[in-house]
Amino acid sequence: MYESSDLRKGLKILIDGEPYIITDFQFSKPGKGQALYRCKLKNMISGYTMDRTYRSGDKFEPAPLEESHMQYLYNDAEGYHFMDTKTYDQVMLTADQVGDAKNFLKDNMEVDILFFENTPIDITLPIFVELEVTKADPGVKGDTATGATKPVTLETGHKINVPLFIEEGELLKIDTRTGEYVERVKK
Amino acid sequence: MLKRRDRVIRALRRWFHQQGFVEVQTPILINAPAPEPSIETFCVPGAGISRTHPGKRHDLYLIPSPELHMKRLLAQGMEKIFQITPVFRREEYGKMHLPQFTMLEWYRAGHDYRTLMEDCESLISAAARGAGLEDEIPLEGGGVCSISGPFIKMTVNQAFETYAGWIPGPEPDPDRFDMDMVEKVEPCLPMDRPVFLMDYPASMASLARLKPSDPEVAERVELYAGGMELANGFSELNNPDEQRRRFIKDMEKRRESGLKSYPLPEDFLKTLENMRPAAGMALGIDRLLMFLFGTRDITEVVAFAE
Repeated sequence: MYESSDLRKGLKILIDGEPYIITDFQFSKPGKGQALYRCKLKNMISGYTMDRTYRSGDKFEPAPLEESHMQYLYNDAEGYHFMDTKTYDQVMLTADQVGDAKNFLKDNMEVDILFFENTPIDITLPIFVELEVTKADPGVKGDTATGATKPVTLETGHKINVPLFIEEGELLKIDTRTGEYVERVKK
Repeated sequence: MLKRRDRVIRALRRWFHQQGFVEVQTPILINAPAPEPSIETFCVPGAGISRTHPGKRHDLYLIPSPELHMKRLLAQGMEKIFQITPVFRREEYGKMHLPQFTMLEWYRAGHDYRTLMEDCESLISAAARGAGLEDEIPLEGGGVCSISGPFIKMTVNQAFETYAGWIPGPEPDPDRFDMDMVEKVEPCLPMDRPVFLMDYPASMASLARLKPSDPEVAERVELYAGGMELANGFSELNNPDEQRRRFIKDMEKRRESGLKSYPLPEDFLKTLENMRPAAGMALGIDRLLMFLFGTRDITEVVAFAE
């Protein structure tokens, strides 16, 4: 059980049987008044957001969430399919649930799938992934000004901005938290 | 930041000394805090040694405010006193709260809360100049707060009627009052000038005097600037019997909420009958700095946030 004073941004709690994550949090105490805990909450299944204000003495159940390491198999009209490499169990997330992670998801990639009561609800990519450049316009020779970039297409079909010297066929390291290019990787 | 903080605190001290105030120090560890229903203190078990009963020990408490002892100094005949001191409040932790922070308190014998409001207007201006700022303070979310000229004055009843659609009157439901205060009133207060919210419901005055012309409200004022509560002050209650009744009522509220009970601050109650009418204000120095420096994060204005 959590108490009101445990509430903070990022904490995952159960409300009316559904998991919510606190996306914004503010401790308030109107002069000489009681302590109030103002939260913005996001339903981790539906994405629905709401504001709630709690008092000291309120109690909260942690959301029962489990994470499993799984391998990405393929996607089809239904959604994105993943497999537990130990038990060979397969699960599916919808395109909405995968969200922007699809930009960096490639076959056989190892990812973490979040479960709420045995139902998969979210995906976390590795912080760094390596993806190949499938389409790049040649950089302009002699332009070495720092910060100059050009768009390239990755093997997932997603476009990102990279330094001018990057060429087609090269392997890039990408930070999935920001979606930005980190460096070239030797094949 | 620490250099700017120092310049502001020096400007505050200079202002008080120019006005003829005496800077005082009162104890940080005390026998009994005021039993306010929503302020939690830190207890230091067995830290107090009895002078009259050798071997007997009692608990001491870290001050949540120097109020009781500063009023005892007024009762001893001091007229204009101020203090800058660390204060301690349990379970207060957030973007605008730390469990230990720096409080500026000042007291004036023979005055009421109207003088405190004038003090604030002049003091905030002096602090801004100390920080190298003029009359327009840039706000964190854009826009400016003009601190020249009189601040906006609004009664609690007016503010609730305008922003929350109801009038609290003398004895509102405390839950509803607090909830609407943070959800509806505070977010809607004007930002272009500091605001005095004044005349709080009589039932919420723990240590404040009721307004002689309207006993449904207490002569209490809160100063808001940049959307933050900076200071709280009031015309002091100096009737020891009335004060004892309120303390006992507050103590009952604490018991009902399952909070620690304290011994009554008898030394304070005993001297209260010698205290002339007076007014006192408590201003959070860290909050003032947040306002002046344009930040909403208290950890940015202190050297360490434990």
